[in-house]
Amino acid sequence: MEHVKTDIAIVGAGGAGLRAAIAIAQANPQLQVALISKVYPMRSHTCAAEGGAAGVKRADDSLEMHFNDTVSGGDWLCDQDVVEYFVQQAPLELVQLEHWGCPWSRDADGSVAVRPFGGMKKERTWFAADKSGFHILHTLFQTSLQYPSIQRFDEFFCLDLLHENGRCTGVAAMEMRSGRFFHFEASAVILATGGAGRIFPFTTNGAIKTGDGMAMAYRAGVPLKDMEFVQYHPTGLPGTGILLTEGCRGEGGILVNRHGYRYLQDYGMGPETPIGKPVFKTMELGPRDRLSQAFWHEQKKGNTVATAWGDCVLMDMRHLGEKRINERLPLVRELSTSYVGVDPVKDPVPVRPVAHYMMGGIDTNIDGETPLSGLYAIGETACGSLNGANRLGSNSLTELLVFGKRAALKASGYAAGQRKLPPGGDSQQQAHSAVARVRALLQGGKGTENLAGVRREMMSNLEEGAGIYRDEAGLQATCTAIAGLQQRFAGIEVHDKSNVFNTDLQQALELKNMLDVAETVSASALARQESRGAHQRLDFPARDDENFLRHSLASQRPGGAPEIGWLDVTITRSPPGVRNYSGNREP
Amino acid sequence: MRTRQIELQVMRYDPEQDQEPRFQNYSVSCQEDWAILDALNYVKENIDTTLSYRWSCHMMVCGSCGMMINGEPSLTCKTFIRDLPDTVRVEPLANFPIERDLVVVLDDVMEKLQRAQLYIIRKDDPPAATTEYEQSPAALQKFKQYTMCINCMACYAACPQYALDKDFIGPAVLALAHRYNLDSRDQGRAQRLDILADHDGAWNCSFVGACSEVCPKHVDPAAAIQQMKIDGTLQWLKQKLLPGGKA
Repeated sequence: MEHVKTDIAIVGAGGAGLRAAIAIAQANPQLQVALISKVYPMRSHTCAAEGGAAGVKRADDSLEMHFNDTVSGGDWLCDQDVVEYFVQQAPLELVQLEHWGCPWSRDADGSVAVRPFGGMKKERTWFAADKSGFHILHTLFQTSLQYPSIQRFDEFFCLDLLHENGRCTGVAAMEMRSGRFFHFEASAVILATGGAGRIFPFTTNGAIKTGDGMAMAYRAGVPLKDMEFVQYHPTGLPGTGILLTEGCRGEGGILVNRHGYRYLQDYGMGPETPIGKPVFKTMELGPRDRLSQAFWHEQKKGNTVATAWGDCVLMDMRHLGEKRINERLPLVRELSTSYVGVDPVKDPVPVRPVAHYMMGGIDTNIDGETPLSGLYAIGETACGSLNGANRLGSNSLTELLVFGKRAALKASGYAAGQRKLPPGGDSQQQAHSAVARVRALLQGGKGTENLAGVRREMMSNLEEGAGIYRDEAGLQATCTAIAGLQQRFAGIEVHDKSNVFNTDLQQALELKNMLDVAETVSASALARQESRGAHQRLDFPARDDENFLRHSLASQRPGGAPEIGWLDVTITRSPPGVRNYSGNREP
Repeated sequence: MRTRQIELQVMRYDPEQDQEPRFQNYSVSCQEDWAILDALNYVKENIDTTLSYRWSCHMMVCGSCGMMINGEPSLTCKTFIRDLPDTVRVEPLANFPIERDLVVVLDDVMEKLQRAQLYIIRKDDPPAATTEYEQSPAALQKFKQYTMCINCMACYAACPQYALDKDFIGPAVLALAHRYNLDSRDQGRAQRLDILADHDGAWNCSFVGACSEVCPKHVDPAAAIQQMKIDGTLQWLKQKLLPGGKA
């Protein structure tokens, strides 16, 4: 096993990991950063974010309003100290990106333009046409290239965290190119590995989003928080699940059912607004959870449109005109035309809800610290409780920046203050166990199970039991099924025996990570006997603040179902209230 | 949905097993709305789990899945069955060493991305932390198209000059450097000049324009390189001939 000594190991080189690496390099160039990712940084899934990043910008907007939108959007499960810090820092981070060269779209006067987004009371979403995440990622990646203290380890797959005496000491990894194993010794580790949308069959998430960081933390004894909250984006392309940004609706696109009726008005988001004149926090600018739930009801009522790829509703953008679509939504036009053969300039585009984002993740506080000393988490893989029970669109790109930086500075201070200890027996032992786990997959495996088959069963069980609407029986069945698949995983044989870029092996390791994440999603959803935000229980249709104004914490219990604990929500100034998306009457 | 039987001829190479690359054929019943990437994923899931290739987003933006499809550098997620004949040859990107099957070694272009100083360079202080630069839509338009590069490296696979001379910095990196040179916020053009205008830089381009033809994101590196040649000449003249110019 190769040894690499570093001060801070960052796992994941998407928006959050890169922002953290730059923050460390700027704050303390003496600290060595190992930036480890299973893909080249530019391939990270931040690139797929389209609509933009939220931060107060206009004179008629305020931090208070951004705070209120985020907290009510999250159905009061957000930690409000975290939201307060976030809304303050958001504009600064977005200006910082501007200084680094991000090609934000501009108004005629040369200032950065902002667009409306779902659940937001004002225009505050900064955007670069409809490729905002792509430009943020590339701006960060290119900016990071000037810092010599950042050493990249591209296409290294991390296997497990190493820790001893309650302190994280590094990470074990495998170099994809050679199959060689690496022991990264670090004073602090920051996980920035993104979400786990691939546990679902129909998702906007790229192939790489397999919950690796969440699973590594979970196996190291760190709880996963609020895992029952899975966001369905209301407008994915049928068949592929490709995202069509909320920017479509921000720009004025409307949703209609098969009768041409704007059905959202029947689900508490009316009254109907004039076509092409979107009204904040109403109709198509309602929050994602409500829109996806409305689809479910429309489907039950038989109001959806049957397509070759299943039931859909229609997103009509024709009234925006070709010029505006080309200027503001060029990728949307290209994707719709290529993948479903519909040009949004000429025809309404079929769309349906699609698994998009995990509100839950590794339990962290406002500093990105996990309960394991020296271990930090940022971005989608973390749950610092900014997003509560439902994230507002365009808050997550800003979250990467704000908390990427904050956690990085915290980790820098921690790493600089740590006495470097030679790795003790526990770390060595854990690194060897991680390697043994890989070797067992390569050499053992009875071949009684098929990797793709187990993966498909995992996905279909989650969709069946832990989708937009859930109930006890369905969730119980899903929990049982996932536990069964965990057993069957042992029977998987990796057919590819090569040491060189072995994707058969990598997919097996990713499947194990996804199964670990999947068991926390279903167990947490079973334990939360209420409906809140993106977690809707048919058997408990109301929000229950008395019993469940709390975060769930799923901890691994080897050989058994995860143990679910609870943690109070931090409320500073907004007591739980009613989410009102009807006619923008809310303060 | 209608399906069509496609014969995929896929290049395979495992350096631990094979003396040289070989072809393996897979017959796949493809849905008419599939991209080649979907056919590869079908093979990986159902026929041969040992096939290795890179992919992630399946929406033309992560740049992972660049390969040669019937000899053309392409994104496999953007190349559709409906546009292809019944036999499709899939090979790793040309002009790069093969790491394994359809996976190529990208060390060379990664080093060049690093070398070209693709970030905002300032002589003056930037505005305050709360203040953005002013940049008109027209000023943005000047460089916007060059920001669209997804680093898929299809242009390197198409470039006849890179095929001959691996020292050539090449189309994507030059286009990205030009992007920063043209950005009204940047003051680093002179600093980049040493790298970009020497014989491994823009001057090495023979202006065949294949890079611009194959770009899946409609970036025009050939135009960037031509503009850089002109810029480079003017800068060089200014530095050499004007009093006070950097020698």
